[in-house]
Amino acid sequence: MTGAGARAGEQAGEPLIEVHGHFLHARSGRAHWDDVNRARFRAGERIGISYHVASVLGSWGHTSPVYFPSPDDVTLGNDEMLGIQRREPGRVRSYVTVNPNHTRHALAEIERCVGHGAIGIKLAASRRADDVLVDEIAAEAERRGLPVLHHVWQHRRRDWPGQEASDGVELGRLAARHTKAQFILAHIGGGGDWAHTLPAVMELPNVLLDLSGSGVDRGLLDDALEAVGASRLLWGSDITMETGLAKLRALEVLGLPPAEVSAIRWRNAQRIFPPGSFPGLPGSS
Amino acid sequence: MKDLNTLIGPYPFRHVPHPDPGVLVTVLAREGVAGAWVGHLPSAFHRDPSHGNDELFRALEPHARVLRPVPAVRPDWPAWEKTLGAVVKRGAVAVRAYPPQWGLGPDHPAMRELALACGEAGVPLVLTVRFEDLRQRHWMDQAGDLTGAAIRALARAGPRVRLLVTAAGRDLIEEVHWGLTPDEQARVWWDISWIWGPPEDHLAHLLRTIGAGRFAYGSMWPLRLSQTPKANLELLPPELRDAKLADEADVAGKA
Repeated sequence: MTGAGARAGEQAGEPLIEVHGHFLHARSGRAHWDDVNRARFRAGERIGISYHVASVLGSWGHTSPVYFPSPDDVTLGNDEMLGIQRREPGRVRSYVTVNPNHTRHALAEIERCVGHGAIGIKLAASRRADDVLVDEIAAEAERRGLPVLHHVWQHRRRDWPGQEASDGVELGRLAARHTKAQFILAHIGGGGDWAHTLPAVMELPNVLLDLSGSGVDRGLLDDALEAVGASRLLWGSDITMETGLAKLRALEVLGLPPAEVSAIRWRNAQRIFPPGSFPGLPGSS
Repeated sequence: MKDLNTLIGPYPFRHVPHPDPGVLVTVLAREGVAGAWVGHLPSAFHRDPSHGNDELFRALEPHARVLRPVPAVRPDWPAWEKTLGAVVKRGAVAVRAYPPQWGLGPDHPAMRELALACGEAGVPLVLTVRFEDLRQRHWMDQAGDLTGAAIRALARAGPRVRLLVTAAGRDLIEEVHWGLTPDEQARVWWDISWIWGPPEDHLAHLLRTIGAGRFAYGSMWPLRLSQTPKANLELLPPELRDAKLADEADVAGKA
């Protein structure tokens, strides 16, 4: 047997907020886009995810590059994301994705999408995080109280094709300039050397780490906890939900107090997203 | 169910917490896994793995009912045939080889000879596609991933060859599987330690197209979390959750 005996719903009855999800759409150039979205919900139900906080990166490369989406594709992707939130109000929340190279458009998208229910900002890899051009986006996040999920390449030692990725040091510079904004450093397990990221952001209280990514290195969770503590970790899965579930289970055998597990599962997310973002969860106004 | 992809010992390029056999036994019990095939991690990076093999046999001896040794044999090293005979005699359930780490390319004749000799000795040959994600490797770790060409060449070497390929992803698995005849395909098993689950559902796709019988449970502990393969199986679509993976006896040819 494949081990089908369910152990889902770890720390039974506790909410679980996925802070790094993605959805596809009909114009993303993938014939099976709907299967992938359904699979996310299927796995989410099995894992016990209360809310998927997700983004759509433009056309996912179909009509402009994933990490350099054109303004039209940014708008398209955000519309698709908000549409999913409208259809799934009990379990989906949206980030508004922006390309800071088109600053006026980016700010207008934030205004528009927040008006339609977006609860955070997604910055991918269109411009280096410490570039002054990103300051206007970060300032808007501060002003509106929106967390910024920022794609990160852990220990970026060179430029990689297809993206202007940032690492922990570079995101840290932005976070140090905008101390009232909350930054979610994306997928600590998502590629590159996570060990380099931890000291880069450990002194920056407004940088939280999301645990998503395909990487399941032993030692990652222990070192992340030691570097930033449970109050600055967020659970997520990105595009490998099995590694998300594995990390959830690993957290539970590390011997953390239940309150710290709860913080990582959902309470930290509830703290940094705007009040009322997650109706139905304890303490939600 | 046994975990066919575990190792003990430190890793040269980063700290790995307590990679010890006693801890592995505890982890297996916690995960409900009956036992494991165990290699010696440092041996992959040694020029001569023989000392590592001795260390492996010694370390596993107190845990012999749960942990089965998978020593390494380097086929371009003098007298490797004697080494192979000796480790099989000492109870090796399979043999590991690391052609990229030893500088043996896809067409190196020594690897073919090793695969054939393992087949004659009745033990599977365990191959490792990678130890770490390409994006995080130490600058001295220049070996690169094991290639599909190398795996296909070994699968084609002879009818008694049995390969367990660990740490492969969907693309490599499909490239190899669909590049082999049905007889050759039947000589190759894949562990599930690096295959993506939902939402992309690579594991589900492979179980549907290639068949569960070609896949084996493996975690790549201590480098990776032991919880991952079980989580992956539990997140399969409902119609696949009862799929029966290959077990130790299938891979070892003792079924």
